[in-house]
Amino acid sequence: MSSKPQDETLNRRSFLRAGGLAVAGIASANAARAETAKPDPLITEEQNWHKYLGDGVDKYPYGMPSKFEKGVIRKNVPWLTAETTSSINFTPLHQQDGIITPSGLCFERHHSGMAEIDPASHRLMINGMVEKPLVFTMDDLKRMPRINRVYFLECAANSGMEWRGAQLNGCQFTHGMIHNVMYAGVSLKTLLNEAGLKPNAKWLMLEGADASGLNRSLPLEKALDDVMIAFGMNGEALRPEQGYPLRAVIPGWQGNMWVKWLRRIEVGDQPWETREETSKYTDLLADGTARRHTFVMDAKSVITNPSPQAPLKFKGRNVLSGFAWSGRGTVKRVDVTLDGGKNWQTARIEGPILEKSMVQFYLDFDWTGQEMLIQSRAMDSTSYVQPTKADLRKVRGVNSIYHNNGIQTWLVKANGEAENVEIS
Amino acid sequence: MSKFRNALLLCASVLVAGTACAENKSLGLGRPALPEEIKAWDTAVRPDGKNLPIGKGTVKQGDDIFQANCAVCHGEFGQGVGRWPELAGGQGSLTSDRPLKTIGSYWPHVSTVFDYINRAMPFGNNHTLTTDQVYAVTAYILSLNDVIKDDNFELNEKNLATIKLPNEGGFREDDRETAEKHFWGSEPCMKDCKTDVKITSRAAVLDVTPENKNGPKVE
Repeated sequence: MSSKPQDETLNRRSFLRAGGLAVAGIASANAARAETAKPDPLITEEQNWHKYLGDGVDKYPYGMPSKFEKGVIRKNVPWLTAETTSSINFTPLHQQDGIITPSGLCFERHHSGMAEIDPASHRLMINGMVEKPLVFTMDDLKRMPRINRVYFLECAANSGMEWRGAQLNGCQFTHGMIHNVMYAGVSLKTLLNEAGLKPNAKWLMLEGADASGLNRSLPLEKALDDVMIAFGMNGEALRPEQGYPLRAVIPGWQGNMWVKWLRRIEVGDQPWETREETSKYTDLLADGTARRHTFVMDAKSVITNPSPQAPLKFKGRNVLSGFAWSGRGTVKRVDVTLDGGKNWQTARIEGPILEKSMVQFYLDFDWTGQEMLIQSRAMDSTSYVQPTKADLRKVRGVNSIYHNNGIQTWLVKANGEAENVEIS
Repeated sequence: MSKFRNALLLCASVLVAGTACAENKSLGLGRPALPEEIKAWDTAVRPDGKNLPIGKGTVKQGDDIFQANCAVCHGEFGQGVGRWPELAGGQGSLTSDRPLKTIGSYWPHVSTVFDYINRAMPFGNNHTLTTDQVYAVTAYILSLNDVIKDDNFELNEKNLATIKLPNEGGFREDDRETAEKHFWGSEPCMKDCKTDVKITSRAAVLDVTPENKNGPKVE
C-alpha cells in the first residue's frame, strides 16, 4: 500500500461497489457466492484512516457534517419567485431520519431577506389593550420561567404547487416546507401576564423586526393555550434564518404566523387583516369565495424513501421511511400501500409521538423489482383521515394554493427510479 | 404526598413573605414602554381606520411617485413585471382556471394596502416614502383598479376606511370542520380496496424539477 493518502473519492467508490456486491447476494444467491469468494480489499488492505492521524480536537470548534454528506442541503426552486430575498427553500426530508430536523437544514422563508440582529440590540414590545405597555430585552426574557417543546412548522403553501397535478419530482420540493425542531423559550402567557390584558382583548398582532415588518393577527385563545416565544432551537440559539434572536412558535398552525425576529406584540379586539392574512394565506375555493383564518394545519404524511430523489438501489430487503404530522394533536396511525391503494398495511411509528410534532414511520419490505405505486395515509388523534387529492379537490377546487394535505403517490419503476404521479 | 406538602409549604412561606403564589403574579421583568417608543413602532392599521396617521395624497400625486418608485416591478399600470405581483386587473377572474388576485379583484380592505406599502415597500428601499406619499400611492393604486375614478381625489386618514374594495364580501371564516366533516371518523379500507389503478398525472411530463436527472442503477 502506498504511504501517501489516497484520494478519498476512490475509497468511497470502492466502498460503494463492495456494498453493492454484498446486497446483490440477497437477490441472487449463486452470483453472490462467486463474487464474495474474492476478498474485499477494504478489509484486506490497510486504509488511510486506519493508518494516519486525523484532525485534533481544536480543528473544528463548531462541528460540521462529514464532507461525504455535502449533498444534504436545502434547495430552492428558482422559477417560483422573482427574487431570493423574498422566497423559500426546502428541507431535504428524504435525507432526514428521526423527528428532529437539523437546524442548518430547516427550510427558510424570508419576505425581505434574512435580518441579522445583535441580541443586545433586540427589544420586544407589548402594547395595545394591556394594563402596562412593556419593553423586554433578551436578558429579561431569559430570566422568565422557561419551557422546551418539539413542534413541526409547516408553511401553509407546502405542496401548493401540486394542486393541479403532479409537478415536482422530489419530496424535498413537494413537502419540504416543513421542519421539526425542539424549541426553548417562554410561554406567551407569561409575557401577557406581565403586561396585564384588558377585559375586551380578543386578538394579538405579532410583528417582525426585519425590513418586511411581517405581521399576523393571532386569536387570544390560541395565545393563551400553547404559543411560545422562543430564543433557542435544537439546544442552541435560533439560527439567523429562523428569526434569531427571537421568534414566535404557534404549534400546529401555519408557518407564516410564526413571526421571526419578533419585536412587537399588540393586543386588540379584532384582527388587523394584514397583507399576509388577506391577499395571501386565504384559500380561494371553486365558487370564487375564499376561506380566511385557516390557521390549523391538517394531518398529512409523505413517504421520503423511496422517492424521486431517493431511488431504490437494491432488490431484496429495503426500508420505506416517511414522516406524518397533524396540527390538531398527535398522529395515531400511518398506513402505507405499495400497490396504488388496493391494499394497505399499518407502518411502524418509531421514536417519540408528540403533540403537533412530526412522527417518523417505517415499513420494512422486500422488493422483487416490480413497479410500485406507493402512498402513505395519516390519521390523527381527532380521527381525521388524510384525504386523497381527488377528495380535496372535490371540496376546494384547484385554486386554493394553501393547505394541500392530499395523499402523495410515487411511482417506483423497475429500475428503482421514482416519479411524482397521481392515480385514479 | 411529600412533594405535595413541600409545594404547600413553599406557597405558605411565599405568602408569609408578602407575595402570592398564584399564576398571575408579576415577575417584575421588563420596563414600561414610553409613549415615544410606542409611537415609533405602533404603525399597524386596521380596516376600521384605527391608527391611520394624519396625512393626504391625490391620485395624480400618486401616479408620479408610483412611476418613480414602484413601476420597475409592478409596471406603470400595476400590471406587474416578470414574476413581480400584479396590483390591478383580474376582476371577475376568481372562478376562472387562472384567477388573478389583485387589490381590485381580491383584497378585502384598503387599510391593508396602506399598511403594506407603509410597512414593506418599496421592496429593497423599504420605509423611504413619507406618510403623504403612502396615501398618494394608495390612491393611485385604487384608481388603477377603478375604485377611485377622479384623478384629483385626495385620500386621507378620514376617508380611507370609508372606501370599500369590491371583494370585501368574498371571504368566509375557516369552515373546514363542517364543510369537510367527512374527512373525520371513517375507518379506511385496508384490503382489496380497488381493482383497477391508472396513472392520471405525471411530474415527468412537466419536467420543472431543478435537479440532475441521473438515473439510479439497480444492483
